[in-house]
Amino acid sequence: MFARHALSAATAVSLLAAGGASAETITIATVNNGDMIRMQGLTDDFTEKTGHEVEWVTLEENVLRQRVTTDITTKGGQFDVMTIGMYETPIWGKNGWLVPLDDLPADYDADDILPAMRGGLSVDGTLYAAPFYGESSMIMYRTDLMEQAGLEMPEAPTWDFVAEAARAMTDKDAGIYGICLRGKAGWGENMAFLTATANAFGARWFDENWQPQFDQPEWKETLEFYVNLMNDAGPPGASNNGFNENLSLFQQGKCGMWIDATVAASFVTNPEDSTVADKVGFALAPDTGKGKRGNWLWAWALAIPAGTQKEDAAKEFIQWATSKEYIELVAENEGWANVPPGARSSLYENPNYKDIPFAKMTLESILSADPTNPTVDPVPYVGVQFAAIPEFAGIAGQVGQEFAAALAGQQSVDEALAKAQALTTDEMEAAGY
Amino acid sequence: MARAITPQRKALNTALAWGVGLLIFFPILWTILTSFKTEAQAISDPPVFLFFDWTLENYSVVQERSDYGRFLWNSIIIAGGSTLLGILIAVPAAWSMAFVPSKRTKDILLWMLSTKMLPAVGVLYPIYLIFIKMGLLDTKLGLVIVLMLINLPIIVWMLYTYFKEIPGEILEAARMDGAGLREEVLFILTPMAIPGIASTLLLNVILAWNEAFWTLNLTAAKAAPLTAFIASYSSPEGLFYAKLSAASTMAIAPILILGWFSQKQLVSGLTFGAVK
Repeated sequence: MFARHALSAATAVSLLAAGGASAETITIATVNNGDMIRMQGLTDDFTEKTGHEVEWVTLEENVLRQRVTTDITTKGGQFDVMTIGMYETPIWGKNGWLVPLDDLPADYDADDILPAMRGGLSVDGTLYAAPFYGESSMIMYRTDLMEQAGLEMPEAPTWDFVAEAARAMTDKDAGIYGICLRGKAGWGENMAFLTATANAFGARWFDENWQPQFDQPEWKETLEFYVNLMNDAGPPGASNNGFNENLSLFQQGKCGMWIDATVAASFVTNPEDSTVADKVGFALAPDTGKGKRGNWLWAWALAIPAGTQKEDAAKEFIQWATSKEYIELVAENEGWANVPPGARSSLYENPNYKDIPFAKMTLESILSADPTNPTVDPVPYVGVQFAAIPEFAGIAGQVGQEFAAALAGQQSVDEALAKAQALTTDEMEAAGY
Repeated sequence: MARAITPQRKALNTALAWGVGLLIFFPILWTILTSFKTEAQAISDPPVFLFFDWTLENYSVVQERSDYGRFLWNSIIIAGGSTLLGILIAVPAAWSMAFVPSKRTKDILLWMLSTKMLPAVGVLYPIYLIFIKMGLLDTKLGLVIVLMLINLPIIVWMLYTYFKEIPGEILEAARMDGAGLREEVLFILTPMAIPGIASTLLLNVILAWNEAFWTLNLTAAKAAPLTAFIASYSSPEGLFYAKLSAASTMAIAPILILGWFSQKQLVSGLTFGAVK
């Protein structure tokens, strides 16, 4: 009897010494991308430090979204940590589905998280998900083609300049298209790009009373500009192109410019995959002089579903994965170009990181996006390239279909906008706005 | 009477059959080829067909990142278990419908099939909630049950058609000789329907192996089969085509090999009773 007590006491003491609580196995749902895969490879460091084991569930982004949404709405309890985005976090946090992250220790330095990221991942000032990496969008362009066209890219160009340059760079016979933009339908595909672009043209999804705004001239101007530009200077079949399709076009030297996620910068400048690695320049996403730029803001962040039995271990994991020490760990193992960008200010003050060619433009793009104040005229929603309401994904998916059809020439811009206005009005009325 | 077939016509038919076969096989072939390319070659335009630097790198990356054996084991248990359980339930059901039909038998058959017309996602939430209550989430048993239920209409239908081809008089004769219900089904009916049962088995193993809605939505870390293994290599933001192809090739290889060696049974079962 005594021996058993002594033994359990000894075990408890050794575990306390190891991690502060008993060792657990936590299940983490995450997306398949380079930064997340790198994190999985470094899990041993976490296990060594805390004693907790980790089981990974890695899924394609859209599968993951459906999977974790099902689980959190039914309180299924399958995951202790979920990788979610800037769209879900405010909605789920407001519903009380996530554990608030307001008690992180001082040495975690939560104030170091970039303000735009923190704002987008909080509800009423309470952080509900810690950013693992963040991104904005920016222009990636071919310095050699720009020079050939006799133009010089300013750091903060206007849409008029971008359109002029795109048309000048286009040489369809040689298979070179001045500009590659997203055209594939989807709220996270063409609508992410077009919603952010519309902000620069002074358009918005809803007015202060939640009235859809597709019947306003600003949307018409946005969509006409986009369709005309893509017809003149875009690649054929652009209405099927998403991030990956444009990435492969750009890497093969077929695009003069590409406006997309800042994470793409590390891909297009990687000489192993990219034929144009040494000829890429970067600039801020364009504006139209109305005070807003067409660049979005996104973060993949780690959150804890309310009701998990392993909240403490989950919190320890989030602290580990989003800490300054983790960034150093990646830098040590994989080099500074591969650390997760866009989450912490301190990274951009680090002299080692300043040498990375796209670091400065990534930071400036992130800093110039404001999810709480995304448009020229005021709006009732949060989010740059989306409106953080549960109905948005469904509505924007349908609107995206209409806009893709306009790009493909199956209907006119006016028809697409009229349909978008009608369907958005219907859905919003049905949802009780 | 067999129709006379000229050699030219035969050659044409052969060429046509090969053409259709290659057309159907091409996506699989392309996946396999892509799995041996680098990520840059995988997306090159114009695409390279055979003349590239063959590499096994994708396979080693996939091996290193994922525990293939665990996913494979889960797939085998789930596909095999759901099929066997389905056959156990479907043989008596198909027997009664084929040999002692009632007025409602045709309606029941159609009604069973109609459950296949409901999009799976429509019942995701009810099933998910039931699974939570019963503690079946992320278990192989749960998936065995769900996939069995999903494929049951097909199993019953296939067995029913095969059983219909067997003359009822044989069973009657067995009964006259004193065979009970158990003997009749086990020793008379089943041996005669073996080709049919075999092809039903094979088809359902394939269907369950490839099922990618329930297997993704009802599993997490423990019971996830090869469909989840593939889904972990797909990405809308980042180029993973070669690795995705390697993962896909590894996931379909077992079932491809099984299908290859059992194609005789499959074909004879599928055309069973078609020629009188």
